[in-house]
Amino acid sequence: MKRLWRFFPALPALMLSGCTVDLLQPAGPIGEGNRDMMVLEWAVMMCVVLPVIIATLVFAWKYRASNAKAEYLRNWSHSNKIEVFIWGVPILIILVLSGFNYWSTHYYDPYKPISKEMQVKVGAPNAKPLHVEVISLDWKWLFIYPDLGIATINELDVPTKTPLDFRITSDSVMTSFFIPQLGSQIYSMAGMETQLHLMASRPGNFQGEAAQYTGPGFSDMRFRTIAMPQEQFDAWVQNVRSGGNPLVVKEALDAQTYQKYHVPPAAPHDAAPKPAPVVYFSSVQAGLFENVVAKYNVGMTHDHHGKDMDEKAMDMHSESHAAAPSNTGM
Amino acid sequence: MLGKLTLSAIPYDVPILVGTFIGVAVIGIAVLAAVTYFKKWGYLWREWLTTVDHKKLAIMYVVLGLVMLVRGFADALMMRTQLALAYAGNPGYLPPHHYDQVFSAHGTIMIFFMAMVMMQALFNFVVPLQIGARDVAFPLINSISFYMTLVSAILINISLFIGEFSNVGWLGYPPISELQFNPGVGVDYYIWSVQISGIGTLLTGMNFLTTIIKLRAPGMKWMHIPVFTWTAFFACIMILTTFPVLTVSMALLALDRYVGMHFFTNDGGGSVMLYLNLIWSWGHPEVYILILPAFGVFSEIAATFSGKPLFGYATMVIATGIITFLGSIVWVHHFFTMGSGADVNTFFGIMTMFIAVPTGVKIFNWLFTMYKGRVRFEGPMHWIVGFMITFSIGGMTGVMMAMPAADWVIHNSLFLVAHFHNVIIGGVFFGYVAGLSYWFPKAFGFKMRDVWGKWAFRFWFVGFYLSFIPLYAVGLEGMTRRMNHYDNPNWHPWLLVACVGVFVLAAGVACQVIQFVFAAFDAVNRKPDAHDLTGDSWGSGRTLEWSIPSPVPHYNFARLPVIRGLDTFHIEKELGRPAPVADLEPIHMPKYSAVGPVLGACGLVIGFALVWHIWWAVIVGLVVAFFTVIHRSANLDVDFYVTVEEIRADEEAFAKRLAAARAAE
Repeated sequence: MKRLWRFFPALPALMLSGCTVDLLQPAGPIGEGNRDMMVLEWAVMMCVVLPVIIATLVFAWKYRASNAKAEYLRNWSHSNKIEVFIWGVPILIILVLSGFNYWSTHYYDPYKPISKEMQVKVGAPNAKPLHVEVISLDWKWLFIYPDLGIATINELDVPTKTPLDFRITSDSVMTSFFIPQLGSQIYSMAGMETQLHLMASRPGNFQGEAAQYTGPGFSDMRFRTIAMPQEQFDAWVQNVRSGGNPLVVKEALDAQTYQKYHVPPAAPHDAAPKPAPVVYFSSVQAGLFENVVAKYNVGMTHDHHGKDMDEKAMDMHSESHAAAPSNTGM
Repeated sequence: MLGKLTLSAIPYDVPILVGTFIGVAVIGIAVLAAVTYFKKWGYLWREWLTTVDHKKLAIMYVVLGLVMLVRGFADALMMRTQLALAYAGNPGYLPPHHYDQVFSAHGTIMIFFMAMVMMQALFNFVVPLQIGARDVAFPLINSISFYMTLVSAILINISLFIGEFSNVGWLGYPPISELQFNPGVGVDYYIWSVQISGIGTLLTGMNFLTTIIKLRAPGMKWMHIPVFTWTAFFACIMILTTFPVLTVSMALLALDRYVGMHFFTNDGGGSVMLYLNLIWSWGHPEVYILILPAFGVFSEIAATFSGKPLFGYATMVIATGIITFLGSIVWVHHFFTMGSGADVNTFFGIMTMFIAVPTGVKIFNWLFTMYKGRVRFEGPMHWIVGFMITFSIGGMTGVMMAMPAADWVIHNSLFLVAHFHNVIIGGVFFGYVAGLSYWFPKAFGFKMRDVWGKWAFRFWFVGFYLSFIPLYAVGLEGMTRRMNHYDNPNWHPWLLVACVGVFVLAAGVACQVIQFVFAAFDAVNRKPDAHDLTGDSWGSGRTLEWSIPSPVPHYNFARLPVIRGLDTFHIEKELGRPAPVADLEPIHMPKYSAVGPVLGACGLVIGFALVWHIWWAVIVGLVVAFFTVIHRSANLDVDFYVTVEEIRADEEAFAKRLAAARAAE
C-alpha cells in the first residue's frame, strides 16, 4: 500500500500528458471503421440510456414516499400507450443499428482485402499489397515477408499506404494478433491459417500485442509496429537483406534455426520469463509458414493458392516430422 | 499410493499462501472449537447438515456464497494492487505463475461459487413460498445439489494449499489447458470442481422446474405466478438446456488430459474452435441464468417498495421468455475474432443486439412501476436504483460489443472486462444483495440493520464506477486483459484509480460483513419491537410468502393457500381472506437424511483423488456413493406427518402476534 501512495503526486501530471487513446486515434482505414462503428453505437445508445438514467433519478425523487403532493395510483399497472412506446423505441433503435451491423461486418470483414475505396482515400490507389506471414510462438511473434525473403521477431515493419495482407497461424497455444491503432484483431491457431487485412495511413510506431492469454510470458509477448513511407521501408529491407542492420542474426531462417526459436524460454515460478529480443533474418526458407501449419495436420495444408503448394507442404512434412515427431504423432 | 501427490505440492515457499493458510486454519479451528465447546455438533448435524428443508438449505447456500464472495474479492484486491504496482520495470508482487492462478480463481469462484450459489439460495428460499408449496418436488435431491456445490467449492479452495489452481482463465480455453502446455494439476482442479458443481446446478434446475410446474397452490394459473418465480422458471429451462453442454465440454477436456485423446489438442485432429463453441454455448446462457433471477428480485422489490403492482406483468414474462430464447443463440459473439464469415458474424451480432429490446423493456417496466407510486427508500430499494443506472450503461457497452466491426478492437480488452463487471456487479450482484436483505426478515423474523446495508450500497456504487470506468478507458487505449505487468505510461494513472476503486469496494464488503455480524448479534439480543410480528415484513408485500409467519414454519403453509389471482396476498389484504373451509389436517413431510452429506463427502474424495490420480480412492468414493444410493432406495422410512396439534399451536401463536401487531397500530 505504501508504495502505491507514492505514485499519487504524479497522477494529474500523467493525465495531462498528451496520451494516445489507441482505439479513438487510429492510424488506418480499418481502425477508423472500428472507431466509427463504436462511436456511432455509443451515440445512438446514449439517446435511450441517458433519458433512462435521468428518468430513474427524477421518478425516484418525485415519487418518494415523503412527497405527499405527488400523484399516487396504487393499482395502476398497465397502459397500452406506454407498452407501445417501450417496445417500439428499442426495436426501432436496434433495427437501425442492425443495418449498420450488417453493412460494417461485411465492409470491414478482416478476410476482405483492403478496398480500392480505402486505397484511394489514403492517396495510393495502385499500391500492391505487402504479404506478411505471422506465426505466434511462446512468447514472441515471428513475421515472415515471403515476397522479400526476410523475417523479423517482435517487430513488424511496414510501409504506409500499402495494403497489408496477413496470414496468421500459431505454433503453440491460441492467441490473438492485434495492433490496436491499425484496427481489427484475429486469432492465431495452430494447424489453421487465419487472415487479416490492415493498412497504415500514416507513419508511426504502434503497440502490437497478443490479445489472448498465452501463459507466463504473455505480458511481454508484444511487438512494435513501425509504419514508414515506402522509400524508407525499401531502404530498411535492403539493410536487413545485406546484413548491415545490427539486429540481423547470422543464420538464415530455415527449419533448423526455426526450431531454436520455437523453444519457449524458461519460465521460473517466481518471475516472468525474459522477453524475446527483436531479431531480423536476412533470408528465409520458402514455405516455412505452410510447413508450420501442415505439421499439425499430418502434413496437409489448407491451400488457397493452388495445388502445387499442397505438394510442397507434403515435401516439407518429412522434414518437420523429423524435427517435431511428438507433435504429429497420433 | 497417493498418485501424483507428494510433499512438494504444498506451496510453503509462497508467503502469501502460508499466511492465508494460517488465517484459514486459525478461523477454522476456532469455529470447530466453539461448536465443540457449546456442544452443538448434534444440533448442527440433526438440524442443519442433514436437512432437506429448502429454507435451511437456502441459508446454508447464503453462508457459502458470502464466504466465497470474500475469497473471490481477495483475488480482485490482489489483481488490482498488482496492476497498480507492476509498471515500467517493476514486476509487482505477484509473478505470472501466481497472478495467473489468481485471475482464473477469481472468475471461476465469482461465477460458480458466489453468483450461482446466491442464485440457488434465492431459488430455494423464495420459489416454494411464492407458489404456495410445502417444499420442492425432490427435497433429498435438493440437499444433494447443495452438497455437490459445497464440496466443489471446498475442492477449489484446497487447490490454494495443495498443489495449484488453473492458470488459464475461468473458461479453461485449450490448447493452453491441455497436458502439453499445462502438465500441473491446476487445470484438473478446475475441471473437477466445475464438473461437480455442474451436477449440483443441473439437479437444482430439474428440481425447481418440476416444482414450479407441479407444485403450485390450487388455483395458481401460469399468469398468476409471481415474477421472481417466472424468472427462476426460465433460468431453470436454460440450466437444463445448457449445463449438459458444460458437462460434456469438461468431460472431453478431461479425456484429453487423462487418457490422451485429441478433442481440443493442437494435433491429432483436435480443434480449439470446437471447445470455444461448446463452452460458450453454455457460457453465454449462463450469464442469463444469473441475470434473470436478479431481474425477478428487482421486480418484486420495485412493486413492494413503490406500493403498486409491477407495471406490465405480462410484458415482463414475455420479455423474460424472449431473453431466454435469444440468450441461447448468440454465443458466437464471444469470438467474432476467430475468422468466421461475415454472414455468420452478422447473424450473431444482430441477434445479440436484439436482446437489448426485451431487456430495455424491463428497465422501462421498473421505471413505470416507480412512476406515480409511493417509493420508500429502504435498503433493498437503493440497490435497484443503483442497478437501473449502472445496468443501462452496461447494456450500452454490451450493444457496442455486439457489433463485430467494433468488437474486433475491444474483444479481450479491459473494455470487455469493464463491460461484464458492469452487468454482473450492477445487475446480478446488486440484485442478489437486494434480494438477501429483502427476504432476510422472512427467514429470521427480524430485519438486518438498514444503515449498514445503505452504506454497503454507497460504497459498492461509487466503488464500482471508480474501479471500472478506468478499465473502459485503458481498454480504449488498447490494454488487453490478463496482463501481469506493463510499461505503457498512458495506462498507469487509470490503473491507479481502479486500485483506489477496489478499496472503496472493499469498504462495501466490510459494511456487508458488519451487517451480518450485527444480524447474528440481533438474532440473540434484539429488542422485542424488532420482531416481525405479522409476517408481512415490509408492510406492503404482495406475494404469498408475506402471508405466513416469519420465520416460516418448517411446513410453510398450515393450509394450502387458495389463489385468487396475481398477487394473492395483496388481494387478501384488500378484500379480506376467506374463512378456511376445512379444518387443519396432518401435513406429509420428508424426513431429514444423511444421504446428502455422505454423497457430498464421496464427491469430495472422488474429485480430489481424480485431481491427483489416486485411483483406489476414486473407486472407494464411487462404491460408497453407489451403495448409499441403493440403501436410500430400499429405505421406506423417509417421511412423517406433522401433527394437527403442532400446526394448531403455531397458528394460534401467529394469530396472537397478529392481534398484538394490530393493537400496536
